Amino acid sequence: MSMPALSVRVARKTFGGLVAVNDVSFDVRQGELLGLIGPNGSGKTTLLNLISGALKPSGGEILLGGQPIGGLAAHHIAQKGVARTFQLVRVLPSLDAEQNVMAGAVFGHRRTWGAEARALARELLHRVGLGGREHVPVSAMTYIDQKRIELARALASDPRVLLLDEWLAGLNPTELQVGISLIDELRREGRTIIMVEHVMDAIRTLCDRCVVMSSGVKIAEGRVEDALSEPEVVRAYLGDEDA
Amino acid sequence: MSPLPFNLTQEELRAGAVGAALVIVAALLPVFDQAYYLALGVNIMLYAALCTAWTLFSGPTHYISLASAAFFGLGTYSVGLGIDHLPFPLLVLIGAGCGAVLAGIVGVATLRLSGVYFVIFTLGLAELVRQLVSWGQSKITTRMGLYVFTDFTEKHIFWMLLALTVLVFITGWLINRSRLGFAMQVIGNDETVARHVGIDTARAKIILFMISGAFIGIAGAICAPRYAYIQPNSAFNPTISFLVVIMALLGGTKRLWGPLVGVIPFTILMDFVTAKFPNHTSIVMGIAFLAIVYFIPNGVTGLIEQARTKLRSRMGAPAVKPGEVQP
Ligand SMILES: Nc1ncnc2c1ncn2[C@@H]1O[C@H](COP(=O)(O)OP(=O)(O)OP(=O)(O)O)[C@@H](O)[C@H]1O
Ligand SMILES: [Mg+2]
Repeated sequence: MSMPALSVRVARKTFGGLVAVNDVSFDVRQGELLGLIGPNGSGKTTLLNLISGALKPSGGEILLGGQPIGGLAAHHIAQKGVARTFQLVRVLPSLDAEQNVMAGAVFGHRRTWGAEARALARELLHRVGLGGREHVPVSAMTYIDQKRIELARALASDPRVLLLDEWLAGLNPTELQVGISLIDELRREGRTIIMVEHVMDAIRTLCDRCVVMSSGVKIAEGRVEDALSEPEVVRAYLGDEDA
Repeated sequence: MSPLPFNLTQEELRAGAVGAALVIVAALLPVFDQAYYLALGVNIMLYAALCTAWTLFSGPTHYISLASAAFFGLGTYSVGLGIDHLPFPLLVLIGAGCGAVLAGIVGVATLRLSGVYFVIFTLGLAELVRQLVSWGQSKITTRMGLYVFTDFTEKHIFWMLLALTVLVFITGWLINRSRLGFAMQVIGNDETVARHVGIDTARAKIILFMISGAFIGIAGAICAPRYAYIQPNSAFNPTISFLVVIMALLGGTKRLWGPLVGVIPFTILMDFVTAKFPNHTSIVMGIAFLAIVYFIPNGVTGLIEQARTKLRSRMGAPAVKPGEVQP
């Protein structure tokens, strides 16, 4: 078997006495779309933060294509090829759509500049359904369009691993269908993705495998249907009204 | 339109033409007057250079530096110590180097901290450098000052400061169309996003601070011949740091030309106060500082811009992109 795109090995993160991520391990294969699910507060975002470098792990190791990246600064990790979106959408409000996406194409894993970066930004805007709106200030955009901007910005660096933190949350049913097919397209083109999501339909439709977390611990991993039917997962979700 | 293309835009051409015309007019000042107005002109030009250099860094980062006097004094002392041994232009470069190095050290030490620590650190540092120089000088030379004799007169200093100001503007414009400028825009919007798209935010800020410090060092070097007799208390005078902040904030730091709007009236005001009420300059500075921060935190240019946006939105025209920083 070829080397995993990303390996999380006994990753740990504590906030004072709280263990938000408790010795979690899993691999993400090349070209795989891995779902990361679990009840609210189970440590999913924190885990993504450890991978992207937003937070330093308290223990364990994270390997990108076999290279250790755990504990590196976020900008180093970005340059090595990890891109992400944020649970609470983060756009660059004073810049227009094109500049927002260019920000992802200039400093990261792929470093372009000038006309090339601009062309790439336009292509990606088109791709996420914002063609022709290059010069709209993002602060004037709707929530879903801002999420599209974030996705295009993450894709602009041509990341080796893409982290999506509830990218589908807050979309209405029609938008959700559009969003799902967009991610499906990324999967088909062979992107390696970790997707944190509460929308179970999306997980079932899109993911090859999933990892389930509860209170910081990984409680299941495997094919989506198998993982979801494990007793411990059922128990974790039954105690949680968001399931 | 957008700040990133490599070709000049119409707007940039127009700004360049207006700028060139203003520079020519300013350069003619010494032809008309060699006394009072030239002396005032030198002061205005000095603070124009200092405030734009300061804004190069503080505009996009919003960090308030009170270290200007330290960079300035290092420049002045480079000339003071070296004038008998090395050619003046080389000493100016050495002054720039000293400013940049000191800024780099300050940056590495503090720019990872929040803004408040930065202000205090820079103020303390400038004071420390002044004390060190005083101490060193008294130990080594047993004199408190240095004599600088050159052939430069006020008008030469005026022209050099004018050239420096032009250089700061050109640098600012080049930075704005570079990766560094784009990085600063992203950082100004959201530092977390900046880091996650691969920007080394600390490094970008340090580079910018070093550029700014180098220019302030050059200004100090250019002014050295003006003093004739250089003392630590005049070369590292903390008033310089405070005046730079006051004038830059008065004008507004969102655009590189913003501070000029503050420099001209405030230098004239200070000139008047120093002449008429020499014991009250500190009070005037203090009051001005409070008034600016309290009433016009975005400066005069900020006020004008706000009014314009309001007018435009009332007339239903498309809003300008507020984030575009232009020199
Ligand atoms: N910076 C922080 N400081 C202190 N505690 C934190 C911090 N970030 C997260 N936590 C805590 O860690 C735990 C896990 O939070 P996390 O945001 O990772 O959960 P999540 O699985 O993403 O939840 P959700 O589905 O609601 O987004 C929570 O108890 C949270 O309060
Ligand atoms: Mg979360």
